[in-house]
Amino acid sequence: MQSFPVLSLTIFLPLIGVLFILLVRGNDETSARNARYTALWTSIATFIVSIFLWINFDIGTADFQFVEKHQWVPAYQIYYHLGVDGISMLFVLLSTALTPLCVLASWKVIKERVREYMIAFLILETMMVGTFSSLDFLLFYVFFEGSLIPMFIIIGVWGGGRRVYSAFKFFLFTLTGSVLLLVALMTIHFQAGTTDIPTLLNFDIPAEMQPWLWIAFFASFAVKMPMWPVHTWLPDAHVEAPTAGSVILAGVLLKMGGYGFLRFSLPMLPLASEQFTPLIYTLSVIAIIYTSLVALAQEDMKKLIAYSSVAHMGFVTIGIFTSTVYGIQGGIFQMLSHGVISAALFLCVGVVYDRMHTREISRYGGLIERMPKYAVVFMIFMLGAVGLPGTGGFIGEFLVLLGAFQVNTWVALLATSGIVLGAAYMLFMYRRVIFGQLERADLKGIMDLEPREIVIFAPLIILVLWMGLWPQPFLQVMDASVLNLMQNYQDALGSLDVTGLSNR
Amino acid sequence: MLTATIFLPLLGAVIAGLFGNRLGSRISQLITVIPLLLSATLSCFLLYHFGWTGETETVNLFTWINVEALEISWVIYFDTLTAVMVFVVTLVSGMVHVYSIGYMSEDPHIPRFMSYLSLFTFFMLMLVTSNNLLQMFFGWEGVGLCSYLLIGFWFKKNTANAAAIKAFLVNRVGDFGFLLGILAVFYFFETLQFEEIFKIAPDMVGKTFLFLGMEVDVLTTICLLLFIGAMGKSAQIGLHTWLPDAMEGPTPVSALIHAATMVTAGVFMVVRLSPMFEYAPLALTIITIIGASTAFFAATIGLTQWDIKRVIAYSTCSQLGYMFFAVGVGAYPAAIFHLMTHAFFKALLFLGSGSVIHGMHDEQDMRRMGGLFSKMKITGALMWIGSLALAGVPLFSGYYSKDIILESAFASHTGAGYLAYWAGIMAAFMTAFYSWRLLFLTFHGSSRADKNVLDKVHESPPIMIVPLLVLSLGAIFSGWFAVDYFVGQKMNEFWGSSILMLDDIIEKAHHIPSWAILLPTIVGLTGIICAWVLYIKSPNLLSRITAAVGPVYKFIYNKWYFDELYDLIFVRPCFYLGRGLWKSGDGYVIDAVGPDGIADSVLNLAKRAGKVQSGYLYHYAFAMMIGVLILITWFLFGFFQ
Repeated sequence: MQSFPVLSLTIFLPLIGVLFILLVRGNDETSARNARYTALWTSIATFIVSIFLWINFDIGTADFQFVEKHQWVPAYQIYYHLGVDGISMLFVLLSTALTPLCVLASWKVIKERVREYMIAFLILETMMVGTFSSLDFLLFYVFFEGSLIPMFIIIGVWGGGRRVYSAFKFFLFTLTGSVLLLVALMTIHFQAGTTDIPTLLNFDIPAEMQPWLWIAFFASFAVKMPMWPVHTWLPDAHVEAPTAGSVILAGVLLKMGGYGFLRFSLPMLPLASEQFTPLIYTLSVIAIIYTSLVALAQEDMKKLIAYSSVAHMGFVTIGIFTSTVYGIQGGIFQMLSHGVISAALFLCVGVVYDRMHTREISRYGGLIERMPKYAVVFMIFMLGAVGLPGTGGFIGEFLVLLGAFQVNTWVALLATSGIVLGAAYMLFMYRRVIFGQLERADLKGIMDLEPREIVIFAPLIILVLWMGLWPQPFLQVMDASVLNLMQNYQDALGSLDVTGLSNR
Repeated sequence: MLTATIFLPLLGAVIAGLFGNRLGSRISQLITVIPLLLSATLSCFLLYHFGWTGETETVNLFTWINVEALEISWVIYFDTLTAVMVFVVTLVSGMVHVYSIGYMSEDPHIPRFMSYLSLFTFFMLMLVTSNNLLQMFFGWEGVGLCSYLLIGFWFKKNTANAAAIKAFLVNRVGDFGFLLGILAVFYFFETLQFEEIFKIAPDMVGKTFLFLGMEVDVLTTICLLLFIGAMGKSAQIGLHTWLPDAMEGPTPVSALIHAATMVTAGVFMVVRLSPMFEYAPLALTIITIIGASTAFFAATIGLTQWDIKRVIAYSTCSQLGYMFFAVGVGAYPAAIFHLMTHAFFKALLFLGSGSVIHGMHDEQDMRRMGGLFSKMKITGALMWIGSLALAGVPLFSGYYSKDIILESAFASHTGAGYLAYWAGIMAAFMTAFYSWRLLFLTFHGSSRADKNVLDKVHESPPIMIVPLLVLSLGAIFSGWFAVDYFVGQKMNEFWGSSILMLDDIIEKAHHIPSWAILLPTIVGLTGIICAWVLYIKSPNLLSRITAAVGPVYKFIYNKWYFDELYDLIFVRPCFYLGRGLWKSGDGYVIDAVGPDGIADSVLNLAKRAGKVQSGYLYHYAFAMMIGVLILITWFLFGFFQ
């Protein structure tokens, strides 16, 4: 039954690239160029392979597809088990699509230790794809945590001035969560005797244990998202990370948290999820309003976008925990569109940072005069972040709010206020950077986008508009899986409600 | 044909937008103007067709969103109401496009400007041809975006940038209500298609639900939420502050977006949803009151402004108030009638004032104008026509539409209706007054301009005058021509099923006391005479009056201090809060307790642990003894248990 192992190929193809880079020794310009091209071609090849996933994906079923299962630690029922469903498939594509763009974005900026940098990125890609396609909890954990290490190194080595502080803050936060996740993982293994995810999805974890496990999961995923109040690592990490690092961080790594909620918290611990929903709502609403206000006060472009990410992720968590089809599909869609939009926004910041070596908003102004193309590109993604209908940002937010209104009008109202604040900080930043008089002498010679940069932005622009005008191909993929998730969730609540009543 | 009408402007916009710089200004102008004129021509046929037959037609393009019960397609939906709007939008837009060729001839960014104008037209058409709330919202936000881009078109001007952001944000506040309204509609109706909503709406009467902890009526809440959106877009009192500032944009923009089309989108939305609003009488009453207050309030400010465009902007605001209280008393056709006539004469007035500004080399302050009639005869005459129509002088278009609105308000025989009638009468007086104040200050009397400027004043080129002539035809004849179809005997066949009126208010409006019918005309003429007395006959009287009512004048002149108030209670606190939360919330609380705190305490511990390792033997011996002691105690207690 084993067909061609597409997923394994997607996961490990980048490592083959790593091998090639390692084989070529030397520290001179030639080896750097080799490393760049190897990384680029490997990541493009990986992307092409991953496209087969979408083409051959059967949207009619909620089952896992492209499944591969091999013995790994037979004594403990641990398998090397891969597969994707409607929830995870698109995240795999998001990861493989962003990586080549990151390599391109780092083409000229990274001059030191190019080989190591490219290796770090390729390993990171392996980890990301692995996280989204693992069907074994332990395997998931390995990839999930494994992704921390290359990121930690990318920030710590190629980052800006306060890179060490930021890297440690990032590590400290995420590691705390991870430890608890590991404890939860072991507990579940003791309970169920397996770490196989499909099995666990159908395993009823005792009601009294659920809250504890849920909190352990929450600790890990909430930090990753990041949710308020454990979000403070994100702005620092973004500010110090090199552009491509920010892109992957905002584009993919944050989504692991949301994916975790969807894959583990909601289906495995339905009772506790139901119980903690008010907590999630509260934190998310605070995140949306609080971070939007904070973003309004930022002077650093990257920090501003980082805070806006926290606000956008607030929509995601609301959506997931509305436990309505609209909310969950909206949440997933919001993650995908935010993955594209925030990645693009960080790339936009990168463009001017590469030229002027500052991210301070007040150092710019009037760029439209010298950089009309850049102004257009930036405008499109700014509008995407604002959630203008016709861009990907709108569909996700709208579906989330649609779900939220069905469950709780207060949450819907407060979350909707985010669209006003969100517009405010983005427009103010855009105005200060792009419009106005071009006054500073050093900006007078600034160059518009070069062909390489246009190549990076073009696919992202197409994606944003595609997702906004014809989101159906994306939504279709999720349909069956989300419906199935909902069904199981409701069933679990229903059946346990009865026992819950008798316990009282 | 339907599809072509809608997508021709988009085609022009995309080509001019992407390749404009390579194609050059002239080709960009042609590539946007020609499709628009084509689509304006097509729209005439469409209006004729749909108005005559009362049919509807839907073109499904492709699926937009399909999640569970939410099924939305991109569509082009046509009925009489849509046809009227498409006609108005494409015609005015076509004229503005042509006019812009002349007005913007010296601007370095012509392709961009033309592209924005066409794009705006496309979004506006998407808005009016929608058959569901979501596509309407798409168009709604799209026109908002273009408005933002066009207000801030001269990006070097700080005031223009600020005005653009203000317009976008104030509109977003309205959209906040609109979006919540859409969510609420979907929650109760499980659809966003108009047709299905209208079917269910009568069954929703009297239902209540828990909204924000309060038990509220379903339809009233939905309608009011949607109306908040309309208030933002149509600049009703409270959310009007962006409209006067929007005059920072180029004048053709003001004519197209901020007079004729976009700002009327709110009125259109409520009329489009009339089969739902009709079942929410309380919401309609509130709309009446807000419309009436806006009509009055904006007219007062119009009396005092010096900037020629701002006077017209407040006038627009006030006229939109008329449309809303028409809607509020249930006279939807009257509102759309006024929407159409207003589009013609207000676009005419704006473009005319643009012609003045152009001729005066970018002078907008009326205190430095005067006596221009001899130099700009055509513009002056056209402005007279526009003002006559605006003031509702008999036989001009505004006369028909404004009168039917006031009569309907009177005929509704409700408290709010009477309030609207009297507010409308007072506003009509002020409208006539400020219109002639504008005419006298600009075209008549002695000149107050610089000698240098005055010498260079010239009449505008034909490319700008011809569109004005076309619009003036509309301003003169559209009322006389359309009155029978819009609000007269042929009303029911004309509108078909596109508007629902439970009460035959228009019919009743024809049977009210004759003094109530005559009063609007009388006050209008009085207003003109008063303006003549104060500005031509005896200007001294004017300064005596303003001095006598000093504080009131100051209050009105400063636009009732809305901007200052909002700045104080919304804008500054937001920035203040943002800074505070960032520094103290993120910095002192979360980080201090979290990562930095932990790092500090770990360091501390390490230091202390370091001190323990002192190197003295007796320290270690002491520590060992304590350890042994603890172990022994532990075991002993363990045994005892």
